[in-house]
Amino acid sequence: MFERIILSLIFLTTSPILGGILRGMDRKLTARFQNRIGPPIIQPFYDVIKLWSKKPIISSNLQPVFAGLYSLLSLIALALVIFGQDLLMAVFTLSSADVSMILGSYSIRSPYSYVGARRELIQVLTSEPLLVLTSVGFYFATGSFGVSEILGLGKPLILSLPGFFIAFLMALPIEARKSPFDISASHHAHQEIVRGVFTEFSGYSLALIEIGHWIKLILFLSILGLFFPNNLLFGAVIAFLSYFLTIMVDNIFPRLTWSAMLKGVWTISLILISLNLISLFGGVLG
Amino acid sequence: MSLRGKAAVKSPWILHVNCGSCNGCDIEILAALTPRFDVERFGMLHMGNPKHADVLLVTGPANRRNAKVLKNLYEQTPEPKVVVAVGTCASTGGVFYNCPNVLGGIDEVIPVDVYIPGCAARPEAIIDGVILALKKLAKGAE
Repeated sequence: MFERIILSLIFLTTSPILGGILRGMDRKLTARFQNRIGPPIIQPFYDVIKLWSKKPIISSNLQPVFAGLYSLLSLIALALVIFGQDLLMAVFTLSSADVSMILGSYSIRSPYSYVGARRELIQVLTSEPLLVLTSVGFYFATGSFGVSEILGLGKPLILSLPGFFIAFLMALPIEARKSPFDISASHHAHQEIVRGVFTEFSGYSLALIEIGHWIKLILFLSILGLFFPNNLLFGAVIAFLSYFLTIMVDNIFPRLTWSAMLKGVWTISLILISLNLISLFGGVLG
Repeated sequence: MSLRGKAAVKSPWILHVNCGSCNGCDIEILAALTPRFDVERFGMLHMGNPKHADVLLVTGPANRRNAKVLKNLYEQTPEPKVVVAVGTCASTGGVFYNCPNVLGGIDEVIPVDVYIPGCAARPEAIIDGVILALKKLAKGAE
């Protein structure tokens, strides 16, 4: 028990560093896909330190508060998962993190910021139901929302929840701000209106948002790993491969419009989830 | 060099401002982003937002029409920042020198740190100029 708490604490404190390295790998891989050399893997850390040391330009007093809340709530959501607490609670904490970023964008009377906030709202509307449904799927398969109860299960959950797994994979690029779902803020197109949600954030508030994003990435990959509770190492490998797949899809596909995203993701994932639930209750899947 | 200075040098985010250039220098700036030159290996990113930028890359002569815009963009960029004038027009006014609607080089409107000559400036020269400006940026960060 004591050992597990220490391990969880170590994972929690290193999670922003892990997330930063994942982002650095993303930039390096993207550069290699495009036949470029690309920045070093620790580039995101340079970016954040630089942003932190810039002189702040604060358009609204609330803005840094919301940026801080975003990273803090993401960290709390990750802590809930790592310490084996309620998965549904973690998902709702994550939603409030997203909402605090949207409020941060809305707290400034700037048209670009408003457009970004509205687009972010649509992204949250698309991905959050999938996350809640995934937690419900875990409940149906294991009889509990608790992460420690899910981890106590001796068999891989992917066998009972394949539809939920694919639906969750579709939510991953939305939350990682990757093409084809990079509607509110994209990783590549820094000049376009899609940078909207970040427009008014600068200096240390942008750095806080970036750190929150790293934590959120680790949280998502941890939930992906939960589909393999009997062998967490294998789960980590699958989560890493899913991230690699997301980067590849990001480089191959152009951006969709928000309506195409909403309709496409909801139609496909709801069909998969319903089929999965029907077969789960019909006794086809374990 | 302190950590702050090192981070500032390793991650210069660039804002490209066109003050009425003929697009020659702008195309050369875009060429610097391509696989052949790949400025992202130095951590440089092409930003569209002055609030995220560290380096202002200005092309074209300063003129009465957009002097206000240029000044506004300069003021919206948070400190520490550097300004690089790309091409002959941005440095001195170039072929537009003494035109009634042209003020001259962009140093008539905002303080310039590095001048890159050339019509159009070559991508190698632009990268060289930005790297030169980074020394000043590091000093500003410390």
